[in-house]
Amino acid sequence: MEPIQFKMVQEPSCCGQSSAKQATDDKQHFSKKEIGLGIGAIVVWAFIYTQLELWANYTAFDLFGFSKGSHLGEPIAFFLYDTPKVLLLLTIVVFGVGIIRSFFTPERTRKILMGKRESVGNVLAALLGIVTPFCSCSAVPLFLGFVSAGVPLGVTFSFLISAPMVNEIALALLYGLFGWKVAAIYLSTGLLIAMIAGWIIGKLRMEGHLEDWVHEIRAVDAAQEEGQKNWSDRIRYGLDAVKDIVGKVWKWVVLGIAVGAAIHGYVPEGFMASIMGKNSWWAVPVSVIIGIPMYSNAAGIIPVVQALLDKGAALGTVLAFMMSVIALSLPEAIILRQVLKPTLIATFFGVVGVGILLVGYIFNLLI
Amino acid sequence: MNIKVLGPGCKKCHETERLVKEVVREIGCDATVEYITDIAKIAKYGVFSTPAIIIDGQIKSAGRIPAKQDIKSWLGK
Repeated sequence: MEPIQFKMVQEPSCCGQSSAKQATDDKQHFSKKEIGLGIGAIVVWAFIYTQLELWANYTAFDLFGFSKGSHLGEPIAFFLYDTPKVLLLLTIVVFGVGIIRSFFTPERTRKILMGKRESVGNVLAALLGIVTPFCSCSAVPLFLGFVSAGVPLGVTFSFLISAPMVNEIALALLYGLFGWKVAAIYLSTGLLIAMIAGWIIGKLRMEGHLEDWVHEIRAVDAAQEEGQKNWSDRIRYGLDAVKDIVGKVWKWVVLGIAVGAAIHGYVPEGFMASIMGKNSWWAVPVSVIIGIPMYSNAAGIIPVVQALLDKGAALGTVLAFMMSVIALSLPEAIILRQVLKPTLIATFFGVVGVGILLVGYIFNLLI
Repeated sequence: MNIKVLGPGCKKCHETERLVKEVVREIGCDATVEYITDIAKIAKYGVFSTPAIIIDGQIKSAGRIPAKQDIKSWLGK
């Protein structure tokens, strides 16, 4: 079939007037009021963030009168502290990442990746996976757009692995609940898995395992120009991201922290050591397998997992579980089945799964 | 005038379709709105982030729910 070419059609004549250009000129610079509001918001954010622990302890122990170290008091203090903390962090991280993402579109990322050699391409694709706006529901059109434009298959996979795995929600939660070290470990090992797994898939030369109709699609140069974004647009983009993402995941975060808090208070110390501890070799693969069908609850799972870590689960096992939850999702596999033959999907899950296993084992050995 | 909303059926895609139809109704524009979910077709339009809007063969937006104001300006209002 012939690819459909786009002609630059004249201004739409539908309703007479043609004023398509006007809208972009309306929203230009910030007013003093907007700048003031922005600075005010940051100051309020920082103030609340630094006072949280104080307020949580005051509410739990002084206002409600629970005694410190009690079964009920500790989890309540934990919940009152961690819920607002994580939500505040999530808001600021999602906003920041939203602003960075306003500089990248899938179209621009494709342009960067086109004609790159495999190894360099894998590294770039994994990094771009973090900053390019991506929703798993458009994984297939994106895949087709990349492959049809001559981005190597392995490089495309590096992008597809990194984009969901290294995401701002996971990073904000990890930073808030585990500290920056675990967040950094997650970020770097996640990127490494995306780079290497994509590189391996490229080396396996699996182009023949794409569905046949995929080969018929030829690149169409998307003639779409979004137009220059100014800073006011970017800030709006960031705010939209906050509304969209935080609005969606906050319930999972609250639920997750509540369950986590209950575990903190009621599950005995060392309980998890026998199940998810260092010495049970099978814990890592079992965690990876359990993680595959879990997807939408990623935001809720991290707080639970943090509580488990506190009760003696090993860090490597916990990392492997989180990566599997976030990176290997059954719904995504079903979506990708439209363009990939089963062998290639199995290879994709296999290679990434082995990478996650290795991360789990290595951290259990090292720490 | 022909408006196509492209999307594999995600929440954002439905939201975009609803918004486009709403704008068309509001400004009383004589346009047909199509909703295309077939992945192969979407790919052939050269769109690779959804939801996308194509008006008379021209890609107007991709990968986001456009603002109502933007849709209006694309329709010439």
